Order: sequence, then structure tokens, then C-alpha cells
Amino acid sequence: MAAVIPERLQEHHHGAHTGLMRWITTTNHKDIGTMYLIFSFVMFLAGGVMALTLRAELFQPGLQVVQPELFNQLTTLHGLVMVFGAIMPAFVGFANWMIPLMIGASDMAFARMNNWSFWLLPPAAILLIGSFFVPGGATAAGWTLYPPLSVQMGMGMDLAIFAVHIMGVSSIMGAINIVVTILNMRAPGMTMMKMPLFCWTWLITAYLLIAVMPVLAGAVTMLLTDRHFGTSFFNAAGGGDPVLYQHIFWFFGHPEVYIMILPAFGIVSQIIPTFARKPLFGYASMVYATSSIAILSFIVWAHHMFTTGMPAAGQLFFMYATMLIAVPTGVKVFNWVATMWRGSMTFETPMLFAVGFIFVFTMGGFTGLICAIAPVDIQIHDTYYVVAHFHYVLVAGSLFALFAGAYYWLPKWTGHMPDERIGKLHFWCSIVFFNVTFFPMHFLGLAGMPRRVPDYALQFADFNALATIGAFGFGLSQLIFLWAVIKCVRGGEKAAARSWESAEGLEWTVPSPAPHHTFEEAPVVR
Amino acid sequence: MSLSGRLAVAVASSLASFSAAAQSRYNFQEPVTEIAGQIYDLHILMLIICLVIFIGVFGVMFWSVFHHRKSRGAVAANFHENTTVEIVWTVVPVLILVGMAWPATRTILEMKDTSGADITIKATGYQWKWGYDYLQGEGEGIRFVSNLATPRDQIEGRAEKGEHYLLEVDNPVVVPVGKRIRLLLTANDVIHAWWVPAFGVKQDAIPGFIRDTWFQADKEGVYRGVCAELCGRDHAYMPIEVHVVSADAYSAWVAQQGPRQPAVEAEAETEAETEAETEAEADAEVGTSDESKPAGV
Amino acid sequence: MTHALEKYFVPEPSIYPIFGSVALLLFGAGAVMWLHGIGPGPLVLFAGVAILVYMLFGWFGQVVRESEAGLYGKRVDKSFRWSMGWFIFSEVMFFAAFFGALFYVRVLSVPWLASGDNEALLWEGFTQAWPSAGPNPHADPFTPMGAWGIPALNTLILLTSGATLTWAHYALLRGDRARLKLGLFLTILLGVIFLGFQVYEYFHAYADLNLRLDSGIYGSTFFLLTGFHGLHVTIGAIMLTVMLFRTMAGHFQPDNHFAFEATAWYWHFVDVVWLMLFVVVYWL
Ligand code: HEA
Ligand code: HEA
Ligand code: CUA
Ligand SMILES: [Cu+2]
Repeated sequence: MAAVIPERLQEHHHGAHTGLMRWITTTNHKDIGTMYLIFSFVMFLAGGVMALTLRAELFQPGLQVVQPELFNQLTTLHGLVMVFGAIMPAFVGFANWMIPLMIGASDMAFARMNNWSFWLLPPAAILLIGSFFVPGGATAAGWTLYPPLSVQMGMGMDLAIFAVHIMGVSSIMGAINIVVTILNMRAPGMTMMKMPLFCWTWLITAYLLIAVMPVLAGAVTMLLTDRHFGTSFFNAAGGGDPVLYQHIFWFFGHPEVYIMILPAFGIVSQIIPTFARKPLFGYASMVYATSSIAILSFIVWAHHMFTTGMPAAGQLFFMYATMLIAVPTGVKVFNWVATMWRGSMTFETPMLFAVGFIFVFTMGGFTGLICAIAPVDIQIHDTYYVVAHFHYVLVAGSLFALFAGAYYWLPKWTGHMPDERIGKLHFWCSIVFFNVTFFPMHFLGLAGMPRRVPDYALQFADFNALATIGAFGFGLSQLIFLWAVIKCVRGGEKAAARSWESAEGLEWTVPSPAPHHTFEEAPVVR
Repeated sequence: MSLSGRLAVAVASSLASFSAAAQSRYNFQEPVTEIAGQIYDLHILMLIICLVIFIGVFGVMFWSVFHHRKSRGAVAANFHENTTVEIVWTVVPVLILVGMAWPATRTILEMKDTSGADITIKATGYQWKWGYDYLQGEGEGIRFVSNLATPRDQIEGRAEKGEHYLLEVDNPVVVPVGKRIRLLLTANDVIHAWWVPAFGVKQDAIPGFIRDTWFQADKEGVYRGVCAELCGRDHAYMPIEVHVVSADAYSAWVAQQGPRQPAVEAEAETEAETEAETEAEADAEVGTSDESKPAGV
Repeated sequence: MTHALEKYFVPEPSIYPIFGSVALLLFGAGAVMWLHGIGPGPLVLFAGVAILVYMLFGWFGQVVRESEAGLYGKRVDKSFRWSMGWFIFSEVMFFAAFFGALFYVRVLSVPWLASGDNEALLWEGFTQAWPSAGPNPHADPFTPMGAWGIPALNTLILLTSGATLTWAHYALLRGDRARLKLGLFLTILLGVIFLGFQVYEYFHAYADLNLRLDSGIYGSTFFLLTGFHGLHVTIGAIMLTVMLFRTMAGHFQPDNHFAFEATAWYWHFVDVVWLMLFVVVYWL
């Protein structure tokens, strides 16, 4: 096929770059995956330090550690950094590393664009975190950036808007890359319905990203013009409506939360069968359930807006639609349990995190369902009950699944088995301190403590103190993870190609660590 | 399982406090309106259903975790689908959800019915205080502004914190017991939310729009709430205090309102602000009046 | 020929992405500085734009060279097709946000403001109408943009440009290079005329109609929707120009010209957006 290659192309064929330039210019999906994972962990620490500052202030009633302005900035940036900097890029990192290996592709479909998707993130992070240091500080309007409050903000808000734009570009390119890779780069015989579930969940996630990131970009663009160019999208005096922003934001925002959980479902669906030594129960129904969740996610957004005063018909519609999501999610939970049933289980660290995920995520799912009941939500909206709900699904859900996946694939990435003792310590510390931190928040919310406050009434003091202690414990526990990873990179028991006894899938057919280039000749799947 | 243990304790104690008079630590505050009561019951219902499902699902899972482990010599089976159970665990949850939605729907329709009010009060959110305007019914024409009454010293830790720290105001809202109060909400700068847990009322106050809600308190007393929508620096410091009093006491309060000086002054102050705000709106810059900009901008 | 999969082209490490990232960092930082009147804001912003242009030239130049060298087989071609399709879908969703806003204010918020308690207590005397600058009593009156002058003409121009582009495509498929060039040229010309009219229309709006970006919600939606559309026409016209130059350089074969097709898809997408704009922004 390929004809003569002209001279000027040849000159690009000199050997790989070294040092920093290797990482800046790389088109290798494994390098890029690694960079995503490191970046997201750094962002997790940054967001975590902000959270700990919040918790320190909330340790006692009264103002001790930070003033209200800074507190609100920290809350806002904690949310933005965790969502856009930590959780989402971490999943993209997994996608980069694992999808080509799982479907037998030589790399991602657009390797150069893949590099750009990653390298857009550091500039976005600089704008976002740098906004703390500009006059007026970072935006303090909450991660949801509701106007008119966000219209009042200073320069930090504009930096956040541009950061969101850049992260949006990155996500859209990353998502398109993943869609095309999965649709077009599968090895011969790797039909869609043979594909590992992680690929399926990411395929559907990528569609969600392509559909909603541009909507977020549109929303913050309107904020920008309302702030600086006199438009009145969110200003009643000019015929607009502040609530219009909320509709647009949550049209993005609700699918966004599934963007952060569907790949987690995928990871867990890879791990449970491996350690139960039994095929995944209900593979097809898993695929359909994931799709149903994704489709439903587009018609439930206003459950974040029950207190804005929408008509009864609106409340009823959004309540019913939201409740429906419990059905496909339930199917997933039942399938996982059925996979474990009559298996032959062992509990290495990945499995511990996966089982912990199912257990604690489901609690978060149930509190979500309670939020979905509109009259109840009237009471718990904008309270710590909601904070508890979403940390159960985001920390014990998304984050625990990420840990599970990291321990599961570390042997493939580094060539060494992670230290089981450290991993187990990490798990037990995490799950205990997680619950110490976030379980009391349910009670706080029910009893009437609003969210986004630096100070509170006296009856909330003891649970807040408990939550703060838990948060510091949880934060310290995450250093154990860092230790486990560094130790694993440095050395340890050599990992076999199939690092876990009954792991299935193409990624386990290549050596550990996976060579720089894999599947340059496509494998044939029977 | 220490966790489910704690959960059980929590639920048991919340059930026990069903009729407790004191402010609850584990559950909603004691309801004093019909709606708040319904919400309370709905939440308990949800909690029980979810708990039962939770125990069922994780009972099975942990049974399996303990018995089907390799170290106990379990040999893996190889089944991986079963259409019947898959249909069952799709359909049964749907039915359960219908059971939950039914009472919730009733409550929503009741909450949304704001007709037939005895007294109408307009509440306006300002950064960071509430303005009240009695529009219709006994007490019509009363207007005042309600500010946080907790001294700064308590907040900054220079003085002992009082019992109602952050939940006390200078001019509380006063309403008669057993009367249907319609509440109109709006805001002057950014979105706020008027929330009194014991009434089961939380409604956003949106600048440029009027939203309405209602309550009918069945018991005299002092009920406290807070602003529930992030509204800037002092979001934590704009509480709501409602005194529900007997019809006579209410009439007396209304009679006493006329000559009350501070309220009128406060009102004038608010008026001036509203004016300035309208000017700002003319420049299509709602909410950017200088005083509300964060320092350094 | 065996049935074995052809090898998928994986590019060498590339320096261009980092240029793009630096460009956007400078662009964002520069824009914020400019908005807040901080010294070198515009300079930083234009430095960002310049680097971005350099990056696009370099990057696409390399893609073109790789393509002409025959490094992309059928599978890469298919990847390009998928990706262009989904990229356009993302653009559709971007416009959907603005169309959604327009729908919301026309159908919901303006009528709400003009009725019930909102009208009685806050905006007395405000009546429902479209176009509307909202209930602000101090609003500066303006004349809305009529549909049947320039906008109708522009509709015709864009539709014609769609036709000339398709004509050029058929020429390309037949290997008729002369007509291909002519068709491309006409399409670009029509696009530029469209943009010229659009610019004129904006001047007209500001100078004669007192219709401005800050003319309430009508001005907001009008300028943002037509403005983003205009931006997309500009991008499309630049893409077409590149296609013209590539044609003149002898690129594209009847069976291998996806860059051309992608541009055509994009152009038609911009067309469709215009039609919707014409109906809901200008006409109804
Ligand atoms: C990973 C992220 C994630 C996930 C997966 C979810 C999942 C769900 N969420 Fe959550 N949510 C958030 C992240 C997430 N959420 C965030 C970040 C916010 C706050 C944003 C902000 O304001 O800042 C939020 C807020 C939020 C609200 C608004 C609360 C408020 O502000 O007032 C609501 C209301 O309906 C809600 C509902 C739900 C529901 C019904 C689900 C469902 O998907 C859960 C389904 C799962 C189950 C129900 C459990 C398993 C099912 C079974 C075992 C089957 C049997 C069960 C039954 C039949 C009951 N969420
Ligand atoms: C997306 C994922 C995500 C994750 C992982 C987390 C993780 C955590 N979050 Fe949060 N959170 C959000 C998403 C997330 N959060 C969102 C979206 C909001 C809403 C924002 C808004 O209202 O606008 C929110 C809001 C929020 C609040 C409410 C703030 C308010 O309303 O004012 C609180 C309060 O406790 C909180 C706490 C925590 C804690 C303690 C953790 C912990 O899990 C963090 C643990 C990690 C670390 C601590 C870092 C690692 C350790 C070190 C760096 C070593 C140093 C440590 C020590 C010395 C102890 N988060
Ligand atoms: Cu007012 Cu919060
Ligand atoms: Cu949601």
C-alpha cells in the first residue's frame, strides 16, 4: 500500500525524545494515560487540601481558620477541582491505558490529538488554581456558578470560565477519540458484545461527554457576556431569568454525575468476575442498563431545582423520571451480587475496594432516591444531607472504583504486584474514615444544617467535629495509597502477564509491564 | 459490621424520637404544619423501604462473601444469566417505586396549592437580611427588615455563644396560629432561599420574580430557619425567626406596630437601596452595586 | 491480498499540541486581563492567537503531508469520518444551549414576567411581546431586525453556496478539476458576501435601530446566536479556502478526499443552523 515516503517526513523518524520532551511530545497512549493519572492524583491532593481547610473551619462553630469569603472560594474550587481535575481525568487516564489493550488496538485512533487532550489540562488547572492569587480571589459562587451571584464575582470568575472552556475542549476531544477508537480499532473478532464492560461504559460515557460539555460551554459563555457585555440572559430586568442558567447548567450537570460513575461501574464489572472466578452475570443486561441510565440522565436535570418554584407538573415529571434511574442501577447492583454468588472468591485489594464500592455506593444511591422525592427534597435541598449523598457516590463510588482499578492494573502498568499489606491497610482506613466523615452529615442535613456555610448553630457542633476528625483521617489514609504506588513502581514481586489468577481479557495476554508498543499486529479474538 | 450497626442505632433512635419534643439530632425537626408532617412521614417511609432493600441485597452479598470464598473451598459455578430473575429484579423495583411515588404525589399537589390564604406576606432577600411586607389580611401594611441579632463577638469567639447562636434576629416575623399564610418570595440582588424546617417550607427567592408558597402552623412557638441558597459572604448569617402566636397576641402585635420607629427607619433604608438597585438594573447590571462587590475588585 | 487488518497509522511524537496548550493559556489569561483592564492583556491574548495559528498551520500541514504520502489507509479514513460526525454533533449541542435559551425566554420567562404576581408586584405594566427588552422601565427602545431584507437575501446566499459546494463535489468525483476549483471559489465568494452583509447588518443595528448587545434579552439572543453562527461561517470559509489551495496544489483524488468532504459537512451544518436562525430569530 503505502507508497514512497517523502524525505521531509523521514526526518521526524529520529528516535524518541528523552527527558521532559518525551512526555510533552508523546503520542503513546500508555504515556498519556500515565500523565492523566498523575495529574489527577495531584489535583486530588489539591482539592483534598481545600476540603481539609473547609473541615478545619467547620470543626467548631464560629470563625476560626478562614473568613467567609475565602471559605466560599475554597468550597467552590474544591468542587471544581475534584470534579474536573481529579475524577474525570482519572477515568480518562484509565481509558487511555486500558481501552487499546482491551480491544487489541495499537493505540488510540488519534494519538496526536490525544496528547493535546491531556496537555490542555495543565493550563486549565493553572487558570483555575491561579485564580486564588488574583485580586478578589477565586470565584466563590459554588461549583454550580449560579448567577446573579457569579455575576457579582471578580476576576477569579472569568479565569474559572476560561478554565471550564479549556477543560471542555479537552473532554470533547478525549471523548471523540475514545468513541472512534472503540468503534473503529477493535481487533478482528472483538465484536461489540464481546467487548469488556469497561469499554462499553466508557463508550456510553463518551457520548454523554460529547452531548453535554458543549452545553456547559454555552452556559458559561452566557455568564461571561452577562458579566461583561451587558447581555441579560440571567437578568429579569432585561427579560431573562436566573433560573434559566440553572436549567442549562443541570442539563449538563446531571449527565455529568453519570460521567463520573459509569466508568466506575465498568471498572467494578471487570474486577468482580476476576476475583469471584466466575463470568460476569448478565453481561447484556449490564450494557442495556448502562445505556438506560445514560438516556434517562438527560430528562431528570430539574431534580436539582425543586425549590426554585416550578409548577407541580414539572416537579412530578422530574421526580418520576429521577426515580426511574434506580431501576437500571439496581440491575447493575443485582448483577454484581449474582456474579459473586457461588463464586470462589478471594479478597485481594482490588476486590476489597470493589466490594466496598458496591456497599457504600448503594447507600449513596438510596440517599439519592430520597432526594428525588420532591417533598422530602424541599427539606434536604442545600443541606448537608445532599453533601453526604454526593460524597457517598463520588468518593465511595467514583474514587473507590478508581482505587480498585489502580490496584487491579498496577501490575500491568509497573510490572510489579502491589503490596497487599499496604493496599489492605489503605482500604480499611479509607472505608472507616470515609464513613466517620460523611455518615454524620446525613444527620446534620436532616436536622437543618445548610451547606456552603463557614459557621453554624450550636446543635450541629458534635457531628461536625466528628466529620472533621474523619476527614483528616481519610486524608492521611490517602498517603498510604501514594506509598503503595511508589513502592510498586520501585519494585516488588514480579507480575506475570496474567497477574491475577483468573483475570480474563486481552490486556492480560501481553507481558507485564506492558511494552511501550502493543498489538502492532492485531490479535485475533475467537 | 460496625457500619450497619451504627445505621440501625441511628434509625432506631430517630423512630424513637418520633414524638420527642426536643429538636431532633438524627432526623427532621419536629413538624408543626400538616405538610411538614407529611414530609416527615414520607422520609420515614423511604428510609424503611430503602433499609429493607439494603439489608436484603447486602444480606445476600455478605452471605456469599462469607460462604463462597476460595479459602473455604468454594468451587466457582459457571452460570451467567437467568432471564427470569433478571425480569423479576427489574419489575419489582418498578412496583416499589410506584408505591413511593404515590404518597409523594399527593403531598406535592398539596404543597403547590397556595389558594385561600388568610394573610399574605412578601419576603425579600437582601445581601444579607430579609425584608418583610404584610400585603394582605390582618396586619396589612406592616413592613420591616429582619437582621441577624447574634453579636459579632460571639462569631469571632470573643464572647460565649448564646443558645440561639446564628438563629436569632432583631425583628422576627409574627403570624397567628392556625391561619393559612401565603408567602411571596423575591430577592433584590442574588438568589436566596427562605427555609423554616419545622414548617416544611423552603422556597428560593429569585431576583425579578415572585415565587409563592404557604404554611399553616398548628402550634404556637418560636421557629427558626436560615437562608438556604449560597448568596455570598454572609450567607450563613441571614436567619429567619418566626413567632407563631395566638390570634389575640397577633392582634396586639399588629396594633403595636404602627408607631414603631426602627421598623420605619429600616424600611426607608431598604427603599433607598431598592432605588439604587433599579438604577443599576437600568444599566443591565443587576446585582453589581458597589457595596456588594467582593473586596479588591 | 489477505484479510489481515491493514496497519493503523500512529503518528510520531509531536511538538504541536503543547503549542496549542500554551496558546490557549495565553488566550485565556490575556482575555481576563483585557476584561479587567490590566496592562498587557490584549498583547497576551494576541500572542496566544498567533501561537494558535502557528500551531494549526503546522499541525494540519503535517496531516496533509501524511495524507498525501498515502500513510492513511481506509481505516484511518473511517476514523476521520466518525470523528468529524461527532465533532459536528458537539457543535449542534453548543448551539442547542443558545437556542434553548431563546426558546425559554420567548415561551416562558417573558410571559411570566408579564403576568400574575410578577407583573402586579414587580414589573407593573409590563406586557408580553416579542421582541422584548424585558420589563426594565429604563430600557432604551430599539427596532428589531426585520426578516425580509438582508436576512432573507443571506438565506438565499447560503443556500446557493450549499449548492455550489455540492456541484464542486460532483466535479471532484468526476475528476473535473476546473469545475471543482470554480465551485469552491464560488462557495467561498458567497460565504464572504454573506459575512459582509452580516457585518453591515450589525452596523445597521447599532447605528440605525439602536439594537445593541445590551438591548435586553432580544439583543442578547440576537447577537449571540447570529454572532456564533457568523464565527462558524468564518471558520468554514477558512476551511474552504484551504481546500481551494490544496486543490490548486493538485491534492484530492476522486476516491480519496475526506478533508474536502469534512469541510462540506461542516458547511452544510452551518447552513442548517442558519435556516433555524432565520426562522426563530428573524422571522417568527
Ligand atoms: C457519581 C455521582 C452521582 C450519582 C451516581 C448520583 C446518583 C443519583 N442521584 Fe445524585 N447528586 C450528585 C452526584 C451523583 N448522584 C451530586 C454531585 C449532587 C449535588 C450537586 C450539587 O448540588 O452540588 C447530587 C444531587 C442529587 C439531587 C439533588 C439534591 C438537592 O440538591 O436537593 C438528587 C435529587 O433527586 C439526586 C438524585 C440521585 C439519584 C436518584 C441517583 C440515582 O442514580 C441512584 C440510583 C441507585 C440506587 C437507588 C441504589 C441501587 C439500587 C438498587 C439496590 C435497586 C433497588 C432500589 C429501589 C427500587 C429503591 N442527586
Ligand atoms: C468529585 C469528587 C469529590 C471528592 C473526591 C471530594 C472529597 C472530599 N470532600 Fe467534597 N465536594 C465535592 C466533590 C468531591 N469532594 C463537590 C462537587 C462539592 C460541592 C461544592 C459546592 O458546594 O460548590 C463538595 C463539597 C464538600 C463539602 C461542603 C462544603 C460546603 O458546603 O461549604 C465538604 C465539607 O465537609 C467536603 C468535604 C470533602 C472531604 C473531606 C473530601 C475528602 O474525601 C478529601 C480527601 C483527600 C485529601 C484530604 C487529600 C490527600 C491528603 C493529603 C494532601 C495529605 C495531607 C493530609 C493531611 C495532613 C491530613 N466537600
Ligand atoms: Cu441569603 Cu444565603
Ligand atoms: Cu442529578
